[in-house]
Amino acid sequence: MPDAAATVVTQHTYPNGLVLVAETMPGVQSAAFTLLLPAGSAYEPEGTGGAASMLSEWITRGAGDRDSREVLSALDNLGVSHGESAQNLHTSIAAATLGRNLIPALEIFADVVLRPHLDDEEVEPIRALALQTLRSLEDDPGTKVIYELRKRHFPDPWGRPSPGTPETVAAVAPETLRTFHRERYRPNGAILGVAGAIDWPRLRDAVGHLFGGWRPGAEPSVVERATGPARDHILRETQQIQIALAYPAATVASPEYYRARAAAAILGGYSSARLFTEVREKRGLCYSVYASYESHRNRAAILCYAGTSADRAQQTLDVTVAEIARLTRDGIEAEELETMRAGLKSALIMQQESSMSRSGALASDWFYLGRVRSLAEISAALDALTPASVSEYAASQGTREMTILTLGPNALVMPV
Amino acid sequence: MHFHNTVLDNGLHVIAELNDQAHSVACGFFVKTGSRDESKDVAGVSHFLEHMIFKGTPRRDALAVNRDFDRVGAKHNAQTSEEDTFYHVTCLPEYLPQSFDVLSDILRPTLREDDFDTEKQVIIEEIKMYLDNPMSVAYEAAKAAHFGAHPLGQSILGSVESISDMKVERMREYFAKRYSPANIVLAFAGKTQWDTVIDLARKHCGHWAGEPAARQAVAPRGSGSFQTILRADDQQQTVIGVADGPPLESPDRYVAQLLATILGDHTGSRLYWELVDPGFADGAEVSYQDYNQAGTFYTFLSCEPGETQENLGRITDLYADILSEGPTEEELTQAKNKVLARSVLMSERPMGRLSSLGFHWTYRREYMAVADELEAYNRVTLDDLNRVLRQWPLLPLTIVSVGPTVDVKRPESE
Repeated sequence: MPDAAATVVTQHTYPNGLVLVAETMPGVQSAAFTLLLPAGSAYEPEGTGGAASMLSEWITRGAGDRDSREVLSALDNLGVSHGESAQNLHTSIAAATLGRNLIPALEIFADVVLRPHLDDEEVEPIRALALQTLRSLEDDPGTKVIYELRKRHFPDPWGRPSPGTPETVAAVAPETLRTFHRERYRPNGAILGVAGAIDWPRLRDAVGHLFGGWRPGAEPSVVERATGPARDHILRETQQIQIALAYPAATVASPEYYRARAAAAILGGYSSARLFTEVREKRGLCYSVYASYESHRNRAAILCYAGTSADRAQQTLDVTVAEIARLTRDGIEAEELETMRAGLKSALIMQQESSMSRSGALASDWFYLGRVRSLAEISAALDALTPASVSEYAASQGTREMTILTLGPNALVMPV
Repeated sequence: MHFHNTVLDNGLHVIAELNDQAHSVACGFFVKTGSRDESKDVAGVSHFLEHMIFKGTPRRDALAVNRDFDRVGAKHNAQTSEEDTFYHVTCLPEYLPQSFDVLSDILRPTLREDDFDTEKQVIIEEIKMYLDNPMSVAYEAAKAAHFGAHPLGQSILGSVESISDMKVERMREYFAKRYSPANIVLAFAGKTQWDTVIDLARKHCGHWAGEPAARQAVAPRGSGSFQTILRADDQQQTVIGVADGPPLESPDRYVAQLLATILGDHTGSRLYWELVDPGFADGAEVSYQDYNQAGTFYTFLSCEPGETQENLGRITDLYADILSEGPTEEELTQAKNKVLARSVLMSERPMGRLSSLGFHWTYRREYMAVADELEAYNRVTLDDLNRVLRQWPLLPLTIVSVGPTVDVKRPESE
């Protein structure tokens, strides 16, 4: 590895549990932050699907001394690019701007998180938006199939889609959203990742001043429920059939993590990976095909996706499933491991050029591991992989617990 | 930051913006050719050729192309627009020689017939994928409606028919005419040395030959037509409005960019407050697109089918209002702050700099440092905005509405 590690990572945990983790990046003018709140759709009460998303839209519509327009104007004037959204585990607020505007931006977001107005009159516009987002999702089969796959593969609530359903969004009451804000937006379990042109002592003090008075809340209890089915088809009159499948993988915190990442990448993480080569390059079966890795704290999965015409969908599914079986059965080649390593290492170093990516990576590392991995550590772990160790992992993958979902005009013959 | 440029004997322009602070280096070939340069019988050939470029050379087959990029962790891709085809790679500085060896090699492809036949299927799948996306369908139709017979209205992807019927000989002819070195700019951004750049360019591209290519870039005039397309199974209605704007040759492109931000940035703009904040639409945005001797303001709308007519009325009222009253000083300042901060963020990655560098050089033979670009935005005044609005008045829009309702009319307030 070159000496890209001229960065410094620092961390502070405030008495209320809020974690600040920051990285000073030489050579950039920008600064970015990612605030993860333990308030994702997984923590929505029964029957309120979409509440976390709706709330993330509501909090910016007036906060502290500013009304809705003043909040957005103040952020625009500081040149802040920002997004507030709910995912399964977290509600996240991500923002980037020039380094000198970072703390003024954090001041505005402290109001947004701690002192949103939550005016009743904003609820119906937000509901209308949320319903339209659901309709737009129906018009986007490639995205829709992945949401539906997660819902079938992960036990509830871990595959719960953040947009909710038309029924739950139509029914959710303002008071439910206020309660969700009061109970789930809490400092214990929240992580603020900051990266870029920053002054650490000033940042640490400013965050303490802005968020120090935030009162901790209770951990919600979650009841897991089995989902499924493991084989399913959604009927839709589209040009292409969408094929999506998932099977379990090692989590980020697991000692087998790097082996799982290697297996996913070699299967479908880059242009000479197996799926792209076999499905697209050799057979011309589709335009888009990939495999990706995603993790929660206690479970992780490898997801595969392909979209293709009805008359070629069966072959595409068959080839994809056969490639997963070949990986499990025959393992990997030394050259594939080298390629996978080069790709991941380059991506890590290039991440050092984006304050936005780094702030997200810092927060995410802290969430999974309670610490931040250095480039040297990741690099060493990748170097320690051998074709035998990755092959051994691939052989142990839980491909029998595979979920397969298709969406399109006709169903396919699924493997047993 | 240091800028360098030279022209090889065969006419290939080579430019580089070097930045020692960067961790990576990006490089790309900017071929001045796209769907506007196609004759009707080879519709989609520029984009199809972009795919075929990755299918192999005398030294490498398609699998070797992908493998040789991936082996050094290089991120490569390509894109085809109405007027440019852009091939790029980003890698760690120590792997630039290997990465550039592949990127330059593939720009002189074999174009083998059996690869051509396999890739045809992939292109057809790509077309079908976009046919399942209402916004893509609306965008293609809106360009065709606005530009009419002007070549900017031609589809980038072509159609299932034009691609199915295409012969490999026609692609080879097109390649020979359009990929001559004098029609290409080679650009580098990030961490490397100018000596390295020059050596690589001479070694790998010095022998390229071909006659200079020409483009007849005639300024178009938008049709202002109105069209509805039924897609009964869609849930939302998707509408695109198109109006003429300043061409890329004009210094007014900075004014146009700020105007589009004021009107229709995804947050905090006039359209945002009028349509998205009240929940009338889940998307309402304006973007300014500049072309060789042409420019357009695109208005994008996504809403419930039953709200379409009212939303079109709101948009045209809003445009009529800004034409008569003009934007405010506060709006201009806010738009500048947004655009400036975004430019800085984007420029921090070599890949973010590369496309701006390459396209500037392709069309203007001019270098603009980030600071120059920021200054060009800073100089814009309210008078500039009002002048550009008078010259390019947004109305009447060419409108294409796509979705489950055809019960939509041209708004009356126009």
